[in-house]
Amino acid sequence: MTRCFAFLAALVLLAMAGPARAVEVQRVVSPGGIEAWLVEDHTNPILSLDLAFRGGAALDPAGKEGLANMVSGLIDEGAGPLDSQAFQGRLQELSIRLSFNASLDTFGGTLQTLSETRDEAFRLLRLALTEPRFDAEPVTRIRSQILAGLAQEAEDPRSIARRTLSKVLFPDHPYGRPVSGTQLSVPRITVEDLRTFVKERFARDTLVIGVVGDITAQELARLLDETFLALPATAASAAVPSAAVAGDGAVVVVEKDVPQSVVAFGHEGIRRDDPDYYAAYVVNYILGGGGFASRLYKEVREKRGLAYSVYSYLNPLDHAALVVGGVATQNGRVAQSLEIIRREWGRMGETGPSAQELDDAKTYLTGSFPLRFSSSGRIAGMLVGMQLENLGIDYLDRRNAFIEAVTLDQARRVARRLYDPDRLAVVVVGHPTGVTPTAPAPDLDS
Amino acid sequence: MHSRRPAVFVALQRWGAQRTLAIRHELDRSRTRALVLALVVLAVLWGPGSLAAKVFDPQTFTLDNGLQVVVVTNRRAPIVTHMVWYKVGAADEAPGESGNAHFLEHLMFKGTRTLGPGEFSKIIARNGGRENAFTSHDYTAYYQMVARDRLDIVMKYEADRMANLVLTDEVVLPERDVVLEERRSRVSNDPGAKLAEMVNATLYLNHPYRLPVIGWEHEIKALNTETALAFYRRWYAPNNAILIVAGDVTAEEVRPLAEKYYGVIPAHPVPARVRPQEPPQFAPRRVTLESARVRQPSVSILYLAPSYHSDRVGTDESGGNRAYALQVLDEIMGGGTTSRLYRRLVVEQGIAAAAGSAYDAHSFDLTTFRFYVSPRPGGDLDAAEAALRAEIVRLLKDGVSDEEVVAARRRLVAQAVYARDSLSTAPNVFGRALTTGSTVADVEAWPERIQAVSAAEVNAAARAVLRDVQSVTGVLRPKPTS
Repeated sequence: MTRCFAFLAALVLLAMAGPARAVEVQRVVSPGGIEAWLVEDHTNPILSLDLAFRGGAALDPAGKEGLANMVSGLIDEGAGPLDSQAFQGRLQELSIRLSFNASLDTFGGTLQTLSETRDEAFRLLRLALTEPRFDAEPVTRIRSQILAGLAQEAEDPRSIARRTLSKVLFPDHPYGRPVSGTQLSVPRITVEDLRTFVKERFARDTLVIGVVGDITAQELARLLDETFLALPATAASAAVPSAAVAGDGAVVVVEKDVPQSVVAFGHEGIRRDDPDYYAAYVVNYILGGGGFASRLYKEVREKRGLAYSVYSYLNPLDHAALVVGGVATQNGRVAQSLEIIRREWGRMGETGPSAQELDDAKTYLTGSFPLRFSSSGRIAGMLVGMQLENLGIDYLDRRNAFIEAVTLDQARRVARRLYDPDRLAVVVVGHPTGVTPTAPAPDLDS
Repeated sequence: MHSRRPAVFVALQRWGAQRTLAIRHELDRSRTRALVLALVVLAVLWGPGSLAAKVFDPQTFTLDNGLQVVVVTNRRAPIVTHMVWYKVGAADEAPGESGNAHFLEHLMFKGTRTLGPGEFSKIIARNGGRENAFTSHDYTAYYQMVARDRLDIVMKYEADRMANLVLTDEVVLPERDVVLEERRSRVSNDPGAKLAEMVNATLYLNHPYRLPVIGWEHEIKALNTETALAFYRRWYAPNNAILIVAGDVTAEEVRPLAEKYYGVIPAHPVPARVRPQEPPQFAPRRVTLESARVRQPSVSILYLAPSYHSDRVGTDESGGNRAYALQVLDEIMGGGTTSRLYRRLVVEQGIAAAAGSAYDAHSFDLTTFRFYVSPRPGGDLDAAEAALRAEIVRLLKDGVSDEEVVAARRRLVAQAVYARDSLSTAPNVFGRALTTGSTVADVEAWPERIQAVSAAEVNAAARAVLRDVQSVTGVLRPKPTS
C-alpha cells in the first residue's frame, strides 16, 4: 500500500516535472572537444546561444574595477578585419543580435540569429572572442558611455543602496566592488588591460555553452569547432578568495534629499551547492519571494500600504552567499517599515513556515517551473546556468523533485539557520526619520 | 549592465515608460544575467511599434455579448498566457480624477462577491501561475501565465472580477497609500521622470495624454472606493474588452470556456471614447528642469505625431497611413548603433554618449515622435543639442535615401521572425493593437505595409510631423553649484 502510494507520487512528480516537448537536452561534443548543451527546436527558423566563461568582475585587478564590464562593451565594437561600424553594420544588416555582459563570477554572451544567417553569426561571435580590435575610437566612446552611466547612478537612490550594501557586506573582498567600476577606476583601464583580459580569461576550459533552436547536433558540432577551437585551451590561473560576509547588524544612512527612502538589507545566505539550498529557496519564497503572497508583501504592502515594492531573495555567489532584500517608502515611514521587516525576518527564523505555507509554496514553485520555458533565449540561459552550477544535464527533469522533497522539519531548521534579524545589515538612502546609523557610509569611489 | 546601454541610455529610451504602470514590481533575479539582458534587449526592440505580422496567424471570434476573443497557438511549452484587455485607460478619466484607471487596476485584486481580497492571487499561485496587470493612457490589462490544464481556472476568476468586483474602504485605503509610494518610486525620486511629466503636460495642450497615468499626487489622495467603482461600472464590460489566449491551445478549446465564463456576463452601453482633441499649435515650447541630483544632462525634443488610429480616422484606407513611414524614419534616425544619430553624434562627432529617436504608433489619439541626446561626461549640453538639431535640419532639407529606406524596412521586417519566439510577444502585440483602434488584420498586414513605404513617404511624413510649432524641448540639467 505504502509502496503503491509512493509509486503514484513518483508518477505525479514525473508528470509535473515535464515541460517535456521543448526541453530534451542533448550533450553535443564537437570533434575538437568543445561541449555544448542543446535543445533542438525547429518550430521557428531562429537560434539562441548563451555562453559564459567562469571568472568575472571579481577578478578585476585592484584599481581597475570595471575591466570585465568594459571588455563586454568593446569586443563587438570591431574585430578581425571589421572596424566598429563595419562590425555593428553587419549585425544590423543581417538582424543578428550579439551582446556580452559581465557579472561578479562570469563573463557572458548571447547570440540570436535567423537560420539563414547562422554561419555568419557564428563567425562574428568567433571574431569578437578571438580577434577584438580595441580601436581608439570605440574605446574612448564606450568608456564615455560607462562613465555617463556611472554619473547617472551616482545620484540614483536604488543604485546607491545596492552599491553601499555590497560594500558593507564585503568591505575587503572583490564582491564589494561594483561590476561596472567607479568614476576613478574606469579611466585607468588601458587597451593593454583589455587585451590581457581577453588573452587570459577567454579559454575552452572555463567555457560553457547552451544552444536552443533550429539546428541539429551535427550542424552545431561543426560550428562549435569553427567558433571556439581558436580559443586557448586553458585560462590563466586565477582565484577569488573565499569571502566572509561582514556588516552584521550595521545600519548605514546615506543622506539624500529625496521624498522616498530606498532601503537595501541582507546578511549571509546559503550556497547553491549546500544541501539546504532548496529548503532555503522555498522558505524565502514564503518570506519575501515573488507574487502577491509573501509575508513581507502582506505585512508591509497589503495591510499597511507602506510600500509599492518589498522583497527578499537568495543571492548565492561562487565564493559567498547572501540573502538580501529591499523596500522603498516615504522618509517618515522607514523606521516602521524596518521594524516590521525585522519582526517578520525574526518570526520566520524562530518558527519557520506553517505546513499550509510550505504546501502552497511547493505547489507554486513546482507548477510555475514550466513558465520559465517561454523563449529560446531563456532556455539557452538556463542551459548555461545548469552547467555553471554543475546541476547535471537531467536537472530540468529532477528540479521539481528537489522542491517536493523539502519537509516541514527541514524548512523550519533551515529558516532558523538562514534568518537572523540581529545580523541584518541595513542601508537607507534618503532622509529617513527615526533611523539611527551605527556605521558611517562607505566611500563608493575608493 | 551592458555598456552600450548604460543607465543613461536606457533612461532616455524609456522616457515614456511611466505611461505604462504595473501593479507589481517585477524582479527578474535569474542566475544567468545574460538572459536577463537578452530579454531587456528584446523588449526594447519590440517597444516602439515594431509589430510582427503574418507570423502569429491568430484565430478570432466575438461572443454574443460583444467580447472579442483572439487565440494564438504557440506550442513551445505546455503553457498558456491568458489576458483580458479593457479599452479604457488614464485618458478616459473624469477631470480631477487622474490616476483613477490605474488605481482601479490595483483594486481589481481586492475580491469579488464570492472571493475575498487577494484570494484570486492565491488560487493562481497554488496552481503554479504568474500574474500581473498594467495600465496606460489607452488600456488596462490583466494577465496570468499558467500550465495549459489550468486555463479553465484563471478564465473562471478573471471573468468573475469583470462583473462582480467588491470594494470596501478597509482594502481600498491602504492600497491608495501603496499607489502614492509607487508614485514616489517612479516619479518623485527621479528628476528625469519629473521632467517627463512636465514635458507631457506641455506638449498636449488639451488632450488628456497631458496627465500622468499614475495621476497627480493631490488627485490620487482624493481617489476613493466610490471613484474606483464608478469607473469600473462605467467602463468594465465584455463589449469593451478583448480576451487573448496564447500558447499551447487552440480556438476550438478556448471557445467553449470563453462562452461558459465570459459569455454569461451581460453587455452594457459604454461611452464612446471621445477625448478632447489638440487644437493647432502655434509655438515651440521649452521646459528645463535643473536639479543637484542630475549628473548626466540630456535634451529631448518631442513632436506631436499621428498614430495608426489617428491617421486612420475618417478613412478606410491603410494606404498612406503615416504611422508606417514614421516607423521607418525612426529606424533610420535612431534604430541602434548604425543609425544616423548614433553614427553622427556618438561615433563620428564624439559629442554624445547617447543619441536616438523613439516613436510608438500604438496610441488611440495623437502620439509623439521624440529625439534625444545626452553629451559625453564633461561635454557641452548646448553643443549636443545643436548637433541633434543640425541632423533634424539635414533630414528635412535632404530627406532620406532609397538605400536607407530599403535597409530599414528589411531590419524591421526581420524582427517578425523573432517575434514568434517568445510566448509573451503575440498577446501583447494584439492587446495593444486592439485597444488602440487597430485590427487583427492591421497587425497581420504589418510587414507588407512596412515593405511598401517609400522614401518619398518617409520624407513627407517627416516634414509634416517635425515642425517646431508643435514641439516641446525638455532639458535636464545639473543645478549649477554657486
